[in-house]
Amino acid sequence: MKFTKDHEWVSLDGDIATVGISKHAADALGDVVFVEVPEVGKTVAKGASFAVVESVKAASDVYAPVSGEVVEANDALSTAPETVNSAPEADGWFAKIKVSDASELDALMDQAAYDAFLATL
Amino acid sequence: MTDQTLKTTPLNAAHRALGARMVGFGGYDMPVQYEGVLAEHRWTREHAGLFDVSHMGQCKITGADATAQFERFVPGDYEVLKAGKQKYSLLLNTDGGIIDDLMAGRPDHDGLFVVVNAGNKDEDFAFWSANLEGDAKLTVLDDRALIAIQGPEAAEVMAAHEPVLAEMGFMECARLMLFGVDCYVSRSGYTGEDGYEISVPADQAERVWNTILEDARVKPIGLGARDSLRLEAGLPLHGHDIDPTTSPVEGALTFALSKSRKERADFAGADRILKELADAPARVRVGLIVKEGAPAREGAEIADADGNVIGKVTSGGPSPTLGKNIAMGFVPPAFAALGTELKVIVRGRSAAAEVVAMPFVAQRYYRKPKA
Repeated sequence: MKFTKDHEWVSLDGDIATVGISKHAADALGDVVFVEVPEVGKTVAKGASFAVVESVKAASDVYAPVSGEVVEANDALSTAPETVNSAPEADGWFAKIKVSDASELDALMDQAAYDAFLATL
Repeated sequence: MTDQTLKTTPLNAAHRALGARMVGFGGYDMPVQYEGVLAEHRWTREHAGLFDVSHMGQCKITGADATAQFERFVPGDYEVLKAGKQKYSLLLNTDGGIIDDLMAGRPDHDGLFVVVNAGNKDEDFAFWSANLEGDAKLTVLDDRALIAIQGPEAAEVMAAHEPVLAEMGFMECARLMLFGVDCYVSRSGYTGEDGYEISVPADQAERVWNTILEDARVKPIGLGARDSLRLEAGLPLHGHDIDPTTSPVEGALTFALSKSRKERADFAGADRILKELADAPARVRVGLIVKEGAPAREGAEIADADGNVIGKVTSGGPSPTLGKNIAMGFVPPAFAALGTELKVIVRGRSAAAEVVAMPFVAQRYYRKPKA
């Protein structure tokens, strides 16, 4: 699992990346009440907003950690958005993206680097 | 880390000790949540929530001319307000726009005790300093904290400390010794629930706060839940739902216009306000249920059934009590009837909405039985 400075995570299996938001991000948001996941077939660009997560207080953009095509979206979040709080780095995943350039992951942080990054915040 | 530019309330250390997440609001470093907005919201609806609202402005307006001078800029009849009562009102500019909304009461026999919004207090106090004439005098009570306790168990909790509080009815107020100190107290609040707001000397605030929190029925509640609670109660937030361009008629606050004052037409902005009452305002605040999709928040456009943009959402979000997304916003009166089908536009997507009555969640204020 790798992380961005915007607190998304990505886990690569073959050329399919599962993406979501980190536990740190979920905790910071508080109670998630609504998630807007991308439509299957949509092309996303690394760093561009591809989903929206809403707490009671506010809506926040979620940025794609990698470029590619959305091949699956976690529709379960529409009826159970709280999964993002209870299991942000597992069942609370947002989408699966068929990556167009796996080398984009090289620039992302591994768990140890992300933990060190969080310690600086 | 405390942002050095933010002011703190006398309860700042208490919030940090409770593990609150702090944010800047109205110029103050305030708790937005302790355990979580949803849990705190529900706790207040089911039990009793304790809120630090010390960022709000507290003042007294005293002197023989106090009431007459205060009335020049508000549309409520305060001359007839009896000791022990308070009344919601609006500080108006000469265009009939709402400079601020406020509570003013007679807790004692020494003029009016007034509570105003945090973000407007400096402006309000400057306004009164500049505009109160005769011997009417403004005294800012910046050495006091303000603590609110709200919820269906608030009255029982407080009666255990001070039995006299059980005898107060909604919108009654008093100056009393509570917890051994000189307090102003009113049976009112900003959640739609029964409860009290208690003004406490700053140096006693932490002791009073901790004493009330010892009761297992009470939990501390942050500004996040305060906002979702007031939204469900249909109560406007100044600077968002109402502002100096909004008239009381547009703001659906005509209950704050006393009959006698309308007849006398002797308050700031009376021309516009009376004209809007006789004809119709250009827009009016309505409640909306958003029937699908994401919450519609402040700034979202409101459209008619054909998609023509007719107004904007001024507050909105999920209602934890209803399990639906609710909002308030402004539309022309022709679209304000209950049941009118409208649309809200969120991130470019149109979602069905319907005009509904406010409050969204029934208010549960304590009305004293008639003697």
